[in-house]
Amino acid sequence: MSAKRQVHLGAHFPGVNQTTVWRDPRAGSQTDFTSFEHLARTAERGLMDFFFLAEGLRLREQGGTIYDLDVVGRPDTLTVLNSLAAVTTHLGLAGTINATFNEAAEVARQFASLDHLSGGRAAWNVVTSSDAFTGENFRRGGYLAHADRYVRAREVIDVARAFWDSWGPGALVADPELGVFARDVHDVGHHGPQFDVRGPGLLPRSPQGHPVLFQAGDSDDGREFGAAYADAVFTMHGTLEAGRRFTADLRARAVRNGRSGEDLRILPGASFVLGDTEAEARENARTIRFQQVGPQQAVAFLEQVWGRDLTGFDPEGPLPVQDPDLTATIAQGRTRFPRDRVEVAREWRELAAANGWSARELVVEVSGRQQFVGTPEQVAAEIDEYVQADACDGFILVPHLTPTGLDEFVDRVVPLLQERGAYRTEYTGTTLREHLGLTHPHDASRALDPAPRTA
Amino acid sequence: MPFPPPLRWAVELDGAGRHPAAWRLPGACPGDLFTAAHWRRLAATVEAADLDLLVVPDAYRLQSAGERDQRGRLDAVAVAAHLAPLTRRTGLVPVVTATHTEPFHTQKAIATLDLTSRGRAGWQVEVSTTPAEADLFGRKPVAPADELWREAAETVDVARRLWDSWEDDAVVRDLATGRYVDRDKLHPVDFAGGFFTVKGPSITPRSPQGQPLVVVPVRDEPSLALAAAQADVARLETASPERAAAWAARLPDATVLLDVEILLRRGAGEAAGVAAQLDAWSPGHAPRTLRHVGTPDTFRGLVQALPAGVDGVAAVPLDLPGSLDVLTAEVLPRLPRPVVRGTTLRERFGLPRPVSRYAREVPA
Ligand SMILES: Cc1cc2nc3c(=O)[nH]c(=O)nc-3n(C[C@H](O)[C@H](O)[C@H](O)COP(=O)(O)O)c2cc1C
Repeated sequence: MSAKRQVHLGAHFPGVNQTTVWRDPRAGSQTDFTSFEHLARTAERGLMDFFFLAEGLRLREQGGTIYDLDVVGRPDTLTVLNSLAAVTTHLGLAGTINATFNEAAEVARQFASLDHLSGGRAAWNVVTSSDAFTGENFRRGGYLAHADRYVRAREVIDVARAFWDSWGPGALVADPELGVFARDVHDVGHHGPQFDVRGPGLLPRSPQGHPVLFQAGDSDDGREFGAAYADAVFTMHGTLEAGRRFTADLRARAVRNGRSGEDLRILPGASFVLGDTEAEARENARTIRFQQVGPQQAVAFLEQVWGRDLTGFDPEGPLPVQDPDLTATIAQGRTRFPRDRVEVAREWRELAAANGWSARELVVEVSGRQQFVGTPEQVAAEIDEYVQADACDGFILVPHLTPTGLDEFVDRVVPLLQERGAYRTEYTGTTLREHLGLTHPHDASRALDPAPRTA
Repeated sequence: MPFPPPLRWAVELDGAGRHPAAWRLPGACPGDLFTAAHWRRLAATVEAADLDLLVVPDAYRLQSAGERDQRGRLDAVAVAAHLAPLTRRTGLVPVVTATHTEPFHTQKAIATLDLTSRGRAGWQVEVSTTPAEADLFGRKPVAPADELWREAAETVDVARRLWDSWEDDAVVRDLATGRYVDRDKLHPVDFAGGFFTVKGPSITPRSPQGQPLVVVPVRDEPSLALAAAQADVARLETASPERAAAWAARLPDATVLLDVEILLRRGAGEAAGVAAQLDAWSPGHAPRTLRHVGTPDTFRGLVQALPAGVDGVAAVPLDLPGSLDVLTAEVLPRLPRPVVRGTTLRERFGLPRPVSRYAREVPA
């Protein structure tokens, strides 16, 4: 056994978010399969645990029109992952699928299918966003109250697990002599506020029994749900101290839910910028930040916080003089801005004045996210430090370039993590559960549990 | 008699074959039916024989309640998506039922299959007619066939609108204005039908074919109505040549395939013997369509005398890989086949790549 805690890494396909740079001449297609294939093969070359896809179900809007400054649109999560399963052999395949706008029987079967076809590499990142805006694309659209989101998410997982367990462990007999194809196939019967379903699962138990469950969401309800249900939690907690607090909180919640704190992998999203020297890395990072926050993006960002149409505003000058309009919701289809916006505007004006920043420079400073910036040695050391300090179990890396944004990390940082004894030098298992070192898959106990699960 | 025109060929692959006892035959590898390896093997055979379409069937119910019969299926879109990077020519057509699934999810899955297969995606529309399927979703009771097919028609209609909702050149990556897309080339579909509403535009950009091929099974008046209105390819499920010809006459705009369940062996006695063995193992499985148990010669005779208006065959092997192997090795090489130009499925079928219905004429 390794003396050191091992770093777990996932690769996020750079898609619809403020960090994806499409203006760079090296930026390739966001939709061609070759882009997905390149990133997945790179992640597998780097012995990473999994490839990760986020999900959006409606094009984002700002001021009533489609937001056109970031990458817009994305292919279907499960379809891409099933295609990637054919061109990779070990890499886990993690897909974000909303619990609100999908039916339990359908998603359970989709993830079981991915698990079968990939030989045990499927993960489901369960998200809950429920705004009526997204719901307008669906039959059951928009009806779910905010407070009910995790009620439904829990029920979705309960029902999905019942379907995954509905074929006993040895149900697929397939013995031509005996003439028995499958026995021990049970009906699920579930009656709850969200679902009233009955019937058998449509597939034999998949290689992992239950596909790995990820959760992303940070409210109290979200953390409780993650601690009770998830194998891994996707977070945005950046600094070492914030990470330690978050991780300790999640592990304690897991224990209160009757699990071991070690049953949870905590994986913040993180971007990275490398250079041959620290100064060069910082300069690269600055260039990238200004590519991410072009003049138009700076104005759009301020519009979201100010709740006002800022057409004609000069982003190279000072911040807007008016206070934010708190009655307006200008951006649709993205997570709401969490803090008091008038207070935020005041702080930013002071910050900009103290540093002599233009509005755009201010936005560059305040809209950044967790980043590792430095030489490969520095970045490897910092990642290792986070994991040894239990600020997390590793990271979901969010490159800023499609599809080559991970190449340099795999070529230059991964070998250093290996030298530090913090990272595998070959895959030792074939399933995602094995890569993640999850020793207590849910199915083990449930498969042995003879009690009926019907409510 | 004139030499027959080239035929179109689809093949539907269902586990170890459509016959529920086929998994017991030698060569069936029944323990592998839910693995990628099983599907890769079959797809390689189909691709090598250059069939036009590989259809993956699906339904939200088990095929049988009996422990002796084959049951269980992988999600059809998942199988097709898995085969996409492993094939280069054959069209990939998963069945997606329209009754309980969300039209928005279905259309983006098929558009994405078109992306990962580089323009070879189709979609076979189905409906869910049983209480067992309704119970799995618990959302609404079973409806009569005509209502189910009207709902399916709305689903196809909205899918086609969503496939058009991104114009071809919507992604502009314009450095000067900082715009990744031209929002004037993205269109809400604002669909309000009798069964659901969808806002749009799609979340998935326009796929290589623009419009993937829509395949509709024809087995009654309601499904015929949908096929006549929407199908690029129609599969006729009837054992009656007269009915097939009558249906084909009402499908002037579609490529019309006649469904034939096949059990092929090199000897007639052997084929009959295998069929008898299957029916002994699992009796009572009447053909759903025309069925042919015979040799390459007898089957060639059948396809050379297809009813008027029929353009080809949707072969449904009762057993796999047995009948598929005979079909591809012994039957297809000796029949006239169309010359295939291009790499997309639309090109294969000689169909133009449609312009988005929402695209505005640019004044010259
Ligand atoms: C790191 C992270 C990633 C997320 N990714 C997605 C996503 O891809 N798609 C989505 O619809 N929501 C995503 N969400 C939103 C969550 O599903 C959730 O709706 C949101 O965080 C609000 O839930 P909460 O109140 O528990 O925080 C993400 C959230 C976090 C924290």
